[in-house]
Amino acid sequence: MNIATDYILALSGVLFVIGVLGVLVRRNAIVIFMSIELMLNSANLALIAFARAMAPAAEALRGHVLVFFVIAVAAAEVAVGLALIVAIFRTKHSIDVDQVSSLQG
Amino acid sequence: MSFSEVLQGGSLFAYAPLIIAFPLLGLLINMIFGRRLGERAVGIIASSAVGLSFVIAILQFFALSTHPEGTSVPIADWITIGQLAVPWSLKVDTLSVTMMLMVTGVSALIHVYAIGYMHEDVRFQGDPGRFTRFFVFFNLFVATMMVLVTADNFLMMFVGWEGVGLCSYLLIGFWFEKGEDGIGNAIAGKKAFITNRIGDFGFLIAMFLIFGAVGSLQFADVFHWAHEHGLENVDVITAITLFLLLGATGKSAQIPLFVWLPDAMAGPTPVSALIHAATMVTAGIYMIARNQALYDVAGLSSNLVALIGAATALFAATIAVGQFDIKRVLAYSTISQLGFMLAAVGVGAQVAGMFHLVTHAFFKALLFLSAGSVIQGIEHGHHHLEHVGANPGGGEAFDPNDMRNMGGLRSKMKITFWVYLIGALALSGIFPLAGFWSKDEILADANHESIVIFLLLTVAAFFTAFYMGRQILMVFFGQPRSEAAKHAPENPPVMTVPLILLAVGAILGGVLNLPGMHTLTDWLEHTLHVHVTEFNPVVAGLSTLLALLAIGIAWFVYGRQPMGKGSPDPLRRMLGPIFVGMENKWWVDELYQFLIVRPYIALADVLADVIDWRFWHDWFHDTVLARTFREGTRWLNDAFDLRVIDGIANGLGNLTQAISGRMRFLQTGYVRNYALSFLVGVLLVLSYFIFGSS
Amino acid sequence: MISFTSILTWVTFFPLLGVLVILFIPRDRPNAIRWTALIASTATFMISLVMLSQFDGADPGLQLAVRRPWFQLAGVEIEYSLGVDGLSILLILLTTLLTPISILSTWTAVEERVKEFMAFFLLLEVGMVGVFVALDLFLFYIFWEFTLVPMYFLIGIWGGPRRTYAAIKFFLYTMAGSILMLLAILWLGLRFETFSVPDLIAQGNIPADIQTWLFLAFAAAFAIKVPMWPLHSWLPDAHVEAPTAGSVILAGVLLKMGTYGFLRFNIPLFPEAAARYAPWMAVLAVIGILYGAAVSYAQRDVKKLVAYSSVSHLGFVVLGLFALNSQGIQGGILQMVNHGLSTGALFIIVGMIYERRHTREMDDFGGLWRVMPVYAALTLVVTLSSMGLPGLNGFVGEFTILLGSFGSEAIGSSWFAGLAAAGVILAAIYLLFMFQKLFLGPLDKEENKTLKDLNWREVVTLVPLILLIFWIGLYPRPFFNLIAPAVDKLVATLQAAAFVVH
Repeated sequence: MNIATDYILALSGVLFVIGVLGVLVRRNAIVIFMSIELMLNSANLALIAFARAMAPAAEALRGHVLVFFVIAVAAAEVAVGLALIVAIFRTKHSIDVDQVSSLQG
Repeated sequence: MSFSEVLQGGSLFAYAPLIIAFPLLGLLINMIFGRRLGERAVGIIASSAVGLSFVIAILQFFALSTHPEGTSVPIADWITIGQLAVPWSLKVDTLSVTMMLMVTGVSALIHVYAIGYMHEDVRFQGDPGRFTRFFVFFNLFVATMMVLVTADNFLMMFVGWEGVGLCSYLLIGFWFEKGEDGIGNAIAGKKAFITNRIGDFGFLIAMFLIFGAVGSLQFADVFHWAHEHGLENVDVITAITLFLLLGATGKSAQIPLFVWLPDAMAGPTPVSALIHAATMVTAGIYMIARNQALYDVAGLSSNLVALIGAATALFAATIAVGQFDIKRVLAYSTISQLGFMLAAVGVGAQVAGMFHLVTHAFFKALLFLSAGSVIQGIEHGHHHLEHVGANPGGGEAFDPNDMRNMGGLRSKMKITFWVYLIGALALSGIFPLAGFWSKDEILADANHESIVIFLLLTVAAFFTAFYMGRQILMVFFGQPRSEAAKHAPENPPVMTVPLILLAVGAILGGVLNLPGMHTLTDWLEHTLHVHVTEFNPVVAGLSTLLALLAIGIAWFVYGRQPMGKGSPDPLRRMLGPIFVGMENKWWVDELYQFLIVRPYIALADVLADVIDWRFWHDWFHDTVLARTFREGTRWLNDAFDLRVIDGIANGLGNLTQAISGRMRFLQTGYVRNYALSFLVGVLLVLSYFIFGSS
Repeated sequence: MISFTSILTWVTFFPLLGVLVILFIPRDRPNAIRWTALIASTATFMISLVMLSQFDGADPGLQLAVRRPWFQLAGVEIEYSLGVDGLSILLILLTTLLTPISILSTWTAVEERVKEFMAFFLLLEVGMVGVFVALDLFLFYIFWEFTLVPMYFLIGIWGGPRRTYAAIKFFLYTMAGSILMLLAILWLGLRFETFSVPDLIAQGNIPADIQTWLFLAFAAAFAIKVPMWPLHSWLPDAHVEAPTAGSVILAGVLLKMGTYGFLRFNIPLFPEAAARYAPWMAVLAVIGILYGAAVSYAQRDVKKLVAYSSVSHLGFVVLGLFALNSQGIQGGILQMVNHGLSTGALFIIVGMIYERRHTREMDDFGGLWRVMPVYAALTLVVTLSSMGLPGLNGFVGEFTILLGSFGSEAIGSSWFAGLAAAGVILAAIYLLFMFQKLFLGPLDKEENKTLKDLNWREVVTLVPLILLIFWIGLYPRPFFNLIAPAVDKLVATLQAAAFVVH
């Protein structure tokens, strides 16, 4: 089975836009979080697609390696992010991001 | 090795250092063990230490009799820097051995006397613990005096010179809590030391000049140089000798530095006898005699020496006439007699000077010790009265030294009277006592050299006989003028035996240098340039006649009709203001006080208080420097820092605040808004890459 | 062989070991702290004796040297360079001797913050010894300034009522002079590309007009430290307020750093300027001698009297050094030691009576000889030594100084020495006055009648000083032997320079 790279990239773009919209539109912090994950994974998908396109070349591995990095970083980020959400919930009893505006100048 | 072999070999000279070591050993023993030894042992140790020194001096005398040229005995190196090389070494020659014999001999006798005297004195003064201290100081004095006379170079002589000054200071102030206002004795000691220091200053400068000219401080080198190059260097030698003379006037209490000696009588009587009459004060004479080679070249200095000596002899003799303190009369007499000796060495009669120095040591020590015996007798009488409950002082402080409180002691203190009389006659120059021969030799030499000196000395000799006659008559004749004098007992043999021995010396001292025999002249010839002075019967007759006349006048004034109790001195009526002048020592102390002491104190106060503290410390440093700095920084702070620097800083701050005031509305705190701006930013960057590059 | 572990390093830094131990002793055990400080400083003295045994007295050059590169400043190497020669050896020994004696003298006088006191004291010793052994200008400057810090705290914490004022004045005054010296040091180092004193002397081609400026810059620092008239105003304040041990070290060692500086730097580095300015230095020295003596006489506070006497005594030292001949310089060095011993002992003596009576006004005393005979006798010896009685140490120094300056070509006139000799008379006046005020006269104050004589510790404090006073006075040869070769070498180089000037 051979799917053209263009399609995969398009899918990646769609996923990314969904993620962006999710971040901008939703108020629930967990949903925002999931949207961010979606954006990350869309980027991962694009990387994989490029790596596949360059396949026999040695440089193709770089895409894979980067993806693994991103997954590892995302995992760490999830840990920190969820901890923050829990902390916010404890003080505000809500995970509505509109409630959290103490950085207002 | 037999004794004569030892003499032949001259090896006895090697024992010379012991003459210093024995007294040092004695003082160390007494200092360390004195408290445990008890008075008797302390006295015996101290006296025998000096006695052993006397034995050493005799050994040196024997050694010199076979080796009259003498020798130097090196002990150790002292200061060696570049050209300067000063060893510790002793000079043993006829001149120094004369001094050694005289000093250790008289010292030994006075030490013995002091055992008895101080035994009583420490009890009268109320601190028996100081008995040991006295003998430590006394031995120290003998040791330093020996350093002085045995010195082989100027610097070592200076060590002894200042060392005896220190002992003098310590012993004058021995009863440091007594005297006028409780501090009089201490002040007298200080005065002695400082006046002597002025003389020492002269000695120091002389040494610098000598070193500059000769490059050595050894006597031998310096005298050799003076013989060889003296005539080309008359100016330098004159300067040297004048500064040395300043030193001598300090130590030997001559004009202008004599003022300390009368006050020095504050010390216990053995001290007055030993240090301030017989030995230390003659150091100046000895030093000038020692430096004969230099003085021979410098005629001006020699003349000045003679003139100062003769003037002092007369001046001090007049003051002695007006004194009432038995020891002060003797003190001024000492100054006067030292003037005789100085005049002698000034006119080139070193032998006559040394001769008088030795005989004077005998009879003046005798007089002082007898005076001490008198004083102690009076104190005994005084204390005896206190014990029986009478009130002899009448409420006033009783002065046992005041001759107005004495009188009629002839019958109470027989031995003291006779030895005192012998001393007084010897001092007055009555034939055939010691003083007659030595004083006549001086007068004959002076007559030979200078008529002015001769006249001054002759008049001084007249006064000498007069004040001694006055003193004898006031103290021993007439009726007792106080209760204490009535009950004065004679002293124990430990005190009277040395008196008798000294009296023998005062009688027979003349044989040292009788006319026609010239024993001392021949003896000193090995060290000094001497000339034989022929006996001058005119001079001798004249001076004896004058002395007898003076004694006659004294009898006329004081003896014919003895002074009554509380009555004024008859001389006061006869002489009027002149007597007041004599009594007040011609106001020399007051003059020095006015000219030197008070200006120096005022200057020191002004320097310390006004210049150093108020001007320099407070005004300049605290006001000018510190306040200028403080006010300068305050100005920088107020005017410059606050307005200019702070203005700029605050302006920047205000600007920032204003700008940020606008910008803060961008910051809503909503994550969404930030994310949106993020997105816009990304889109802008992307559109730049996509469209901008084309 | 040059090695880092030269004995000099040990002498200099051994007291740090004591500081380290003291830091670990709890402060509620003051006696342990005192003993540690005493043992550490005594051990330092022992090490300095070992140094003396390794020192070759016949060698005029620098010995036991250590020389290691340390760091670079603007491309110029700064070295850890230590050495000792005849000019400095006696001062090192004096420092290591006076430190344990001061510590012993302060045994009961300092009760508060013993830990800090002893630590500062040992640090001070490091600085002082460092000053005397440093041969690199930069290293010297570091030690020089370092001594200020512990002294500042010693005065400022344990001092008298006006201690803050005195401490600050002391610090600023000496700092002001040092700054000029620092500039001169930097100029020299950058111009000749070395900070090493022996190298600079060996090059010896500093132009005469520049020598003048450098000489004055160095002299500013040293003259304040000595202190020379009229820069002495900090001294009475510092002495009066400092605790006893501080005064002992201040007079005994710190002042000598000034005269040592003249000797080690000014004279050999700028010989022509030294020869040219010798008469001016002599003028200031003689004024200092007479002025100090007169002002001392007018004091009523015993400690102040002794403080001003230092101005007078150090005038003699400066006069001797700038005689620029053998006798003058050797006498000057010996007189530094003598002053350290005598004046150090005088301050200890004043401290003893202050500890008993808490006053230093002379009018509060009188007749103490009756109740304190041992104290009186020891004081008498020290007083006589201070006034230069022959047979004691002061005389040997003063006499050689005066003899040297009297015939000095550099000073050019005998008047200076003549006037200075008059200072000997004035010294007798103020010192005998002091002795009379304290010890003579009637014992009429009630408080004084029950005073206790010295205890064994106090006697032990003074005895070493008294022994040295007699030793130097009667047989100074061993001391002169140590300093003579180095001074002769210095004088030989000076004569060449003097030839250029005159």
